[in-house]
Amino acid sequence: MSETTTSTVGPVEGESLYDVDHPAPVIEAPRARTKKTPKSTRTNFELYGWLFMRLSGIVLVVLVLGHLLIQLVLDGGVSKIGFAFVAGRWASPFWQTWDLLMLWLAMLHGANGLRTVINDYAERPNTRFWLKNLLYTATVFTVLLGTLVIFTFDPNIR
Amino acid sequence: MATPTMDKVDDAKPAAVPSPYITVTFRIRRFNPEISAEAEWQDFPIEIDPKERVLDGLHKIKWETDGTLTFRRSCAHGICGSDAMRINGKNRLACKTLIKDINPEKPITIEAIKGLTVLKDLVVDMDPFFQAYRDVMPFLITKGNEPTRERLQSAEDRERFDDTTKCILCAACTSSCPVFWNDGQYFGPAAIVNAHRFIFDSRDEGGEQRLEILNDKDGVWRCRTTFNCTDACPRGIEVTKAIQEVKRALITRRF
Ligand code: HEM
Ligand code: SF4
Ligand code: FES
Repeated sequence: MSETTTSTVGPVEGESLYDVDHPAPVIEAPRARTKKTPKSTRTNFELYGWLFMRLSGIVLVVLVLGHLLIQLVLDGGVSKIGFAFVAGRWASPFWQTWDLLMLWLAMLHGANGLRTVINDYAERPNTRFWLKNLLYTATVFTVLLGTLVIFTFDPNIR
Repeated sequence: MATPTMDKVDDAKPAAVPSPYITVTFRIRRFNPEISAEAEWQDFPIEIDPKERVLDGLHKIKWETDGTLTFRRSCAHGICGSDAMRINGKNRLACKTLIKDINPEKPITIEAIKGLTVLKDLVVDMDPFFQAYRDVMPFLITKGNEPTRERLQSAEDRERFDDTTKCILCAACTSSCPVFWNDGQYFGPAAIVNAHRFIFDSRDEGGEQRLEILNDKDGVWRCRTTFNCTDACPRGIEVTKAIQEVKRALITRRF
């Protein structure tokens, strides 16, 4: 950090590329608002999304913490988990419902959260589009595959 | 107390009172597109009374050391909202920040507010900020005939939106918001504060329209309750609370 009091902005070595008639580009902010920005969609999508994050969050506290407790702490911790353990639990509609609900809520909650993150950090419209496409594809795939397994799980599989 | 920086008293008396002046380093983020495409930090050691304000220090530099230093200020008394800047990493008005309150032992960093295009040194392009302000229609909307006398309002009704009437549009809140830093299409706290001022005004009848505007994808739902805006506001407006009240109004309107 130089202690200069001269009027130059930093050391300019030799000929400067820029002068009054050829200024450098200004330091632009990402995605600035313009006159054309407000394109009202007139839907409540963001409102419902915001509510869903909070409501699913409350339910997930019970589901996820309960899940972690049962899987990792009680009855000897992780070492008890095996094919038989899973088969035993999914024989009961209660645990089927628990896992199904947890799958859907966590996936949609996580996906909507990541959508927010993409909205925050991806600047170019193209990047935003493709990242969201990837996110939605992965979400639909995981939710469908998980649901399929929970409903079609066969404990007698060899 | 205006700007006593200029008149250092040359005291010849032998038993002179100890000088109030200390040496402070102002570390300023300089940018001049006519010279370089890069912004750089530049240090300015100045002799100043620590009871002076950061703005006085900037004046001293501009008037005595480097006339090219560029910043905005108009009133110099916390009313016009021209001189919001990032001082020691926090958005403040230079004219309301005393040097003694921000640890003059260490260099004081001063940069342009974030999230808006930097034009030169501490001057940013405020157009997107005021565009968002215009987009919430910050004026009284009414239906029917105009009353022949003033529009009356009870003291309680006035109290309802008192906090948000204090805004001076300095952009300290909006440019402290991390969502706005990354996505300038978000309305930002200042626009929401000024919409709040009319949404909760009993005399105004454009509340529905304004709520509809803020219900959109760049509206209040992008707020993540970081509280940066409340911390930044030089008028002490509870900005985050105002945003939450708009959210609540939207939800109770639906359910
Ligand atoms: C354990 C209970 C949980 C609660 C109470 C909870 C609550 C919340 C809330 C309220 C938000 C919105 C924050 C905001 O709008 O500012 C959020 C965001 C988020 N959640 Fe959760 N959540 C939980 C579990 C999960 C799980 C299991 C996942 C992953 C699958 C997850 C992933 C996310 C992500 C990615 C975000 C977005 C982060 C951001 O906005 O920066 N959450 N959560
Ligand atoms: S709410 Fe406060 S910080 Fe935001 S623009 Fe108004 S006066 Fe400035
Ligand atoms: S110069 Fe007017 S608010 Fe600081």
